[in-house]
Amino acid sequence: MAKVLIKGGHVVDPASGRDGRSDILIDRGKIAAVQPSIPANGAKPLDATGKLVVPGLIDLHTHLREPGREDKETVETGCAAALRGGFTTICAMPNTTPAIDHRGVVDLIHQEGRRCGSVSVRVVGAITRGRLGKELTDFGELFDAGCVALSDDGDAVSDGFLMRRALEYAKVFNRPLIQHAEDPQLAAGGVMHEGLVSTTLGLRGIPSEAESVLVARDIALAELTGGWIHFAHLSSEGSVELIRQAKRRGLRVTCEVTPHHLSLTHEAVGEFDTSAKVNPPLRTEQDRLALIEGLRDGTIDCIATDHAPHTDWEKEADFDSAPFGISGLETALGVCVTTLVEPGLLTWSQLIGKLSMNPVKIVGGDGGTLSVGAAADIAVIDPTATWTVDPKQFISKGRHSPFAGRTLAGVVVKVLRHGVEVGP
Amino acid sequence: MTTTTDAHTQTARWTKKDLLGLRELSAEEIRLILHTAGSFREISLRPIKKVPALRGKTVVNLFFEPSTRTRTSFELAAKRLSADIVNISPQGSSLSKGETVLDTVRNLEALKVDVLVIRHAAAGVPHLIARRAAASVINAGDGAHEHPTQALLDLFTIQEKKGRLEGLNVSIIGDIAHSRVARSNIWGLTKLGARVTVCGPPTLLPAQVDQLGVAVTHELESAIRGADVLMLLRIQHERQEAMLVPSLREFRLRYGITHGRLSLAKPDILIMHPGPVNRGVEIDSDVADGPFSVILDQVTNGLAVRMAVLYLVSGAPKVDEEEA
Ligand SMILES: [Zn+2]
Repeated sequence: MAKVLIKGGHVVDPASGRDGRSDILIDRGKIAAVQPSIPANGAKPLDATGKLVVPGLIDLHTHLREPGREDKETVETGCAAALRGGFTTICAMPNTTPAIDHRGVVDLIHQEGRRCGSVSVRVVGAITRGRLGKELTDFGELFDAGCVALSDDGDAVSDGFLMRRALEYAKVFNRPLIQHAEDPQLAAGGVMHEGLVSTTLGLRGIPSEAESVLVARDIALAELTGGWIHFAHLSSEGSVELIRQAKRRGLRVTCEVTPHHLSLTHEAVGEFDTSAKVNPPLRTEQDRLALIEGLRDGTIDCIATDHAPHTDWEKEADFDSAPFGISGLETALGVCVTTLVEPGLLTWSQLIGKLSMNPVKIVGGDGGTLSVGAAADIAVIDPTATWTVDPKQFISKGRHSPFAGRTLAGVVVKVLRHGVEVGP
Repeated sequence: MTTTTDAHTQTARWTKKDLLGLRELSAEEIRLILHTAGSFREISLRPIKKVPALRGKTVVNLFFEPSTRTRTSFELAAKRLSADIVNISPQGSSLSKGETVLDTVRNLEALKVDVLVIRHAAAGVPHLIARRAAASVINAGDGAHEHPTQALLDLFTIQEKKGRLEGLNVSIIGDIAHSRVARSNIWGLTKLGARVTVCGPPTLLPAQVDQLGVAVTHELESAIRGADVLMLLRIQHERQEAMLVPSLREFRLRYGITHGRLSLAKPDILIMHPGPVNRGVEIDSDVADGPFSVILDQVTNGLAVRMAVLYLVSGAPKVDEEEA
């Protein structure tokens, strides 16, 4: 395999603390050298002048819909969307049909991922059989098959006894359980945040406390069991504060937040815009600012897309009937750059940490750094270029985004996986 | 015709394709509808109750949720304006899905109808349709969101009985959280200068309702004292099952309007209810049928208001021109 030399870029690699102009030499799919100036010596040059060179992004929370709803997305279309967004690793969530609750489904997704080849597809298995919240799956079988974590995402594990047992048993494998924290009774029938906008529109609300009561319970269970709990897609100030305290007490608690919760509030629902119907719901400006503060002080470890594609006919319905979820892979970086980096809330290095280095700490494996010897999974970004979101142009089959029409900063110009140019 | 209200309506013009709610209307637009309804009110008193204002127009009553009263009122309103009207009540649960709603509408659009009057159990369905349809859309009640023609007829009735809306104290009592009538009335009344108090147990008040520009009380007595108008809402039996009130009996004991409680009221109080009335729950029979009740006037005025709305959204020429 030919050597590749990325020349003249600004390397941002929080894992090695590098944040400055450097060349990167890639040999046999791995990073061979990172130095201010490396002579070509026959390596294929790749000019990155004026660009940022960062570790390929890693998404902890991707709904690929395969198997079962290939009309919404497939592993193939999801991977293509991921590449365009600068991601080289994505984690497939288990709320498929059938659910990812046994080895056969895990193998199928890995196989499809390898067939597409461009993106590393990792798998999150289910905590309970059929994601029904009744009996534990065979954790050992799922981890042996390569699952990086377990989750009933789409639904919470609401039974406290079962969650306790799951946290205890998962300790054997030193892998996290990812909780979709939402009390099903408190959230029942709700379609958006419970507040002034839901009152005005006459829509059933989901109070912030539907999330924070389960966050509080699971923190207590993590303390009881010594298990590792990871909270998916945080949305509320109360949850951030609970996790901040839990981390201070040294508990094994990690969490993520989505680009849309960092950038939008329940006002985005406007006049029943189903492109702003997500679960957990977009909440208030106070919640949004608390999420950003949580990112800044390290309470929130990662940014994850919760890419949740749906078909047009499902989303173009009344607000109650439309499914929760939006297409997120292709807008994630741009939304984060525009919301966080441009106003000076996060540095590029901090942002890339939340999108690559920290996710690897959760799911393990390679990627997430540009240090010598690491896999050459790399994204090259033009930090000043802007683009306007047109969901009709998405590669993902999910064509609904609350960012439609917005101009975002930060364009992915090249993606390399194992040193080979694969996108976008 | 020299009052200030009329001076406003002389200048206001109706420019909207649809009537989806009162939140999006200006005070001038609301006054224009009420003024137009005033003209049509007189038509209903004539021996021949029909004008050719909407001759050649086609109106469709598309009621996904049954409602004999509202549907009949729109039907009669359309007929008195000489429009052709068709009633469609899609049956079956599959038709509650938005997808099929749009399919139904696409089919109607192919038949070149002019006005769609929409009732649906889900909030926002008229908006969904209005965004896609060339026809004008009138919201005849969507979930717990809005019921603009009901609020307009309530405003019309209050103005007719009291001579004004500005400065009046109106108390809306009962299940505010699930009421589209309450929401539309809150917008309409506050825009026209009335002071609104909402009253009910906290379980039946929506989140942050105080931020809609209304006063909030949980005590029925304080909602009755000083009020010029009491607006009651129908309480649904399902509320009991959802643990929003312990029982309908308990609701009546604390929030029901009884003859005895009216002793606290002003002597010229108006009692209103959008119907259908749960006698012996939110209001006792003797009060509903008593001297302060204007419930039947509301029904009569509903016809005039719906004629006005059909007329305005259809973009028909002015009443006076038509008659000239
Ligand atoms: Zn989730």
